[in-house]
Amino acid sequence: MSVATRRPAALNALILGFLAIWIIAAAFPFAWTVWGSFKVEADFFSRQSWWSAIEGTRTQAQTGSAFTLAGYAGAWVKNEFWKAAINTLIVTVSVTLISLTIGTLGGYALARSGSRYAFWILIAALIFRAMPHITLVSGYMLPFFQLNIWGVLPTTIIVLVAINQPFTLWMLHSFFLSIPKDLDESAMVDGCTRFQAFRMVIIPVMWPGVITTGLFSFLLGYNDFAVTSMLLSQENQTMVPKIASFLGSIQNEGNVMYAVAAVVSATVPLFILVLFFQRQIVSGLTAGAVKG
Amino acid sequence: MLITVQNCDPFGCTTQTKVDTEAMAKLNEAQPLGQFVGLANYLNRNHLAVEEIGAILADNKGFSDVVSRIFNLPFYRALSFTLVYCFLVTPLAMALGFAIALAVNTLPRLLKGPAIFISILPMIITPLVGSLLLAWMFNPAGILGATLQSLTGDPGLSLLASPALAWTVLIFYGVWTNGPFSFVVFYAGLQTVPHDTVESARIDGASRWEVIRHVIIPHLAPLATFVALVQLMDNFRVFEPIVGFSAEANATSLSWLVFNDLVGQDAQLFGSAASTSVITIVGVLILLAPVLRRTWREFNQKAV
Amino acid sequence: MKLSRTFTAGAVSLAALLAGGVAFAECGIQGAGNVAILSNDFEALRIVNGVAMSCATADVTVSANATTEHKNIQGPALTANPAEYTVAMVANNSIVPLLNDDLIRPLDDLVAKYGASLQPNQLITIDGKVMAIAFMGNGQHLFYRKDILEKAGVAVPTSYEEMLAAAQAIKDAGLMEYPLAAADKPGWDLAAEFVNMYLGTGDEFFAPGSAELAIDNDNGRKVLETMRAMTTFMNPDYLTYDANEISKVWDAGNVAMMNQWGSLAGAAIDPATANPDVAANTGFAPAPTIGGGTIPAAALWWDGFTIAKNISDADAEVSFQAMVKGISPETVAANPAAATWLVAGYEPGPAAVGVIGNANGGARAYPMQPYMGLLHTALSAELADFIAGKEDADQALADVKAAYDTAAKEAGFLN
Repeated sequence: MSVATRRPAALNALILGFLAIWIIAAAFPFAWTVWGSFKVEADFFSRQSWWSAIEGTRTQAQTGSAFTLAGYAGAWVKNEFWKAAINTLIVTVSVTLISLTIGTLGGYALARSGSRYAFWILIAALIFRAMPHITLVSGYMLPFFQLNIWGVLPTTIIVLVAINQPFTLWMLHSFFLSIPKDLDESAMVDGCTRFQAFRMVIIPVMWPGVITTGLFSFLLGYNDFAVTSMLLSQENQTMVPKIASFLGSIQNEGNVMYAVAAVVSATVPLFILVLFFQRQIVSGLTAGAVKG
Repeated sequence: MLITVQNCDPFGCTTQTKVDTEAMAKLNEAQPLGQFVGLANYLNRNHLAVEEIGAILADNKGFSDVVSRIFNLPFYRALSFTLVYCFLVTPLAMALGFAIALAVNTLPRLLKGPAIFISILPMIITPLVGSLLLAWMFNPAGILGATLQSLTGDPGLSLLASPALAWTVLIFYGVWTNGPFSFVVFYAGLQTVPHDTVESARIDGASRWEVIRHVIIPHLAPLATFVALVQLMDNFRVFEPIVGFSAEANATSLSWLVFNDLVGQDAQLFGSAASTSVITIVGVLILLAPVLRRTWREFNQKAV
Repeated sequence: MKLSRTFTAGAVSLAALLAGGVAFAECGIQGAGNVAILSNDFEALRIVNGVAMSCATADVTVSANATTEHKNIQGPALTANPAEYTVAMVANNSIVPLLNDDLIRPLDDLVAKYGASLQPNQLITIDGKVMAIAFMGNGQHLFYRKDILEKAGVAVPTSYEEMLAAAQAIKDAGLMEYPLAAADKPGWDLAAEFVNMYLGTGDEFFAPGSAELAIDNDNGRKVLETMRAMTTFMNPDYLTYDANEISKVWDAGNVAMMNQWGSLAGAAIDPATANPDVAANTGFAPAPTIGGGTIPAAALWWDGFTIAKNISDADAEVSFQAMVKGISPETVAANPAAATWLVAGYEPGPAAVGVIGNANGGARAYPMQPYMGLLHTALSAELADFIAGKEDADQALADVKAAYDTAAKEAGFLN
């Protein structure tokens, strides 16, 4: 990092100051939620003063200590949140793998193809993506019931892949575009087939792009509400509809603290995931980055 | 199609109407595809409101009257917020994401990991719950709302009570939650910037700013196109923050209209929801036209 | 155990119920078949589902799907043939789409055969045919703070006019700045507020025998004016308050009077979770009347079950029997506090006085007209500007009518 060492102190201070502000803005709501998940609702969502979320007066009164695991116990033990967690794992991993497989192959083909139809395929993908999910899902419902495939995980996975695929295609296509054509051409000159060039030369270089796209696919499957809430039956529910059901409906009070505890729990796997893959992005691959 | 009948429930009997299902079934047999209504669903008051707009333009009391009466129509009210949100959040979030990516890229390797993780937190929290939690913090009794009250010295300050402030909060939330997306893409893109080019540019005497302007930005351009595309599209479908912040009174969006037609209520209005959805798609395509033209040009260049 | 909606209490009673499952295991279901229940997701329904599921035998399979999305799932699920669910739990409003599309079957034969434990008032009849069996009631009614009203020297209001006067008195006495609250959030809640008050005027929403909207009258304006007058005594954030939110505000002790769902009354006085100072002083009364009328201005709601049309008769028979077991007097006796039951032998607890008071005062049920849902949707979006103080009552009513007419034409109810 020879460039970095020559950076003037004022610029460094500016960068660090900016980052500090951003990191507080990004992390504070989350830290606040983690802290609050160990309180009772009357404290964390106090209408009197936010100070009670710090002090935990009502938590003290209701549970006898300033912190309580009631939210976590309620979500995980009483409401079997672990089942939803397993379902989410199945859905997100499948969605990510299928999307990436189709996306890398398709994105590469579209990026290297000069044909007009490649452009129109991308546009068609775009239109599909522009549709509000909820409209799509409402249309799917009746056929799914008639085919008797409603409520199960595979159906949901297919719908999520369909919704996610245009995005993956576009994103990987853009990443492939940023890789110079010379790279695969020289590989092919060296005697590789097109597929070998793709697998041995392009994909290693593309790794950050693949990981990033995978992360977004993963997040889509992980956070989707419109599809999973309408297409899954109760026993197959994933985490987000489960969390939404903790929030209650118009005439019925939910238990917001279960939702808060569930949200915090649901973020832990993401935490691990990101911590693991950021090393992939940063260390493993900057070295293999494209030269000139 | 309606017949008057006597209905009884635990609270007594009343005379009400019901749909004559037998007659309905016959009608369905006669016309299995339903009645084709042409563009009526698109042009009626709950969508493009062509007649109403015509009436307003034909008979009004000046410009402000026209504006206020047009914004009284649900579709245009939703459209106005959708557009403002879309055009403010997209560039701001992209700029924020780019700045964070550049800043994080200068950090020593040890700090990069945690910085990346924290930076993408706003994106990985489930939007519905994330906006709910943020909304809570901005509540006058919540930590940010109360802090703002004491900072401005106005104990009655409530961010969601007035349209202008509600829009500001929603846009602020939008930038906060969309920034990390741009950050991740740009950051991954920065890793592929050829080191040698940057070095040689620096040796040739280019300033840091010139390097960013002439080396990094052009390199990231395809990614920026992609990010702009996705962000414009997603922001045009803004929905979760409106529900999460309970801001329906002051801000509605096209997606919210679809939602309200389909799931918010007792009667599902499929025709109306589908019309709004198609209008949404058309809107997205219009918005994306410049980006698409760019992609088209890139394609043609590549073909050469 | 007081009436409670919380999961803690719910899980306890459900566990107790499953532990005592032996007592229910013998449901004596005749025949064989499949029972699949679709219901909303709250405590009382989970209890009913639990009992029905305990009826499973070698010949009878029982499954239940309790989800807050039930309203959106039920249409397509019952349209498919055979239907995905044999039983759909509904309320006054959610039964309407099923009736409109002819998706549920008349239950007269089944009631005659297996309905010995049902009371006559549980039968929901449409055009003389039993279409649903109700088992619990609900509705919005007055919550008030005994201590605050006492300090302000006002009696418990019985009309909206008295409520406004009481709010003024509380404000003048310096007890509270914002003594009132209501679920005025644009959307389902706001429309429900209008429907409640309009029902209290005794007037009809539609011209008799047609889908022609008839709310553009003095009663409609009176309702809107009252709603607007109430907002002057509300927290400036009132536009963001839905039913759950006003419960929280109530628990914080920030409100002296509000109309709130009977199903949330139990939680408001539950010693385990409620704010003790507020809970001790919380009183319940029937909904206030409006404009000198005598009808409590709140819709009455029932929850009940229906049997799908597109299933075999054998499935319908076992489903009906399992559901009758689920809502049997034994279930209610074991869970008296879970809801305001409409089942024989139910003794109302302290939290049920409001809903029962509404019913005794002659409150009207939420209408089951085929196009009521369209009106509800129109009200939910078009009253927003009015309640925010941005337009007048005439404009609001005109907007509602325009939006409703458009939707009703689209649905074919109006030409």
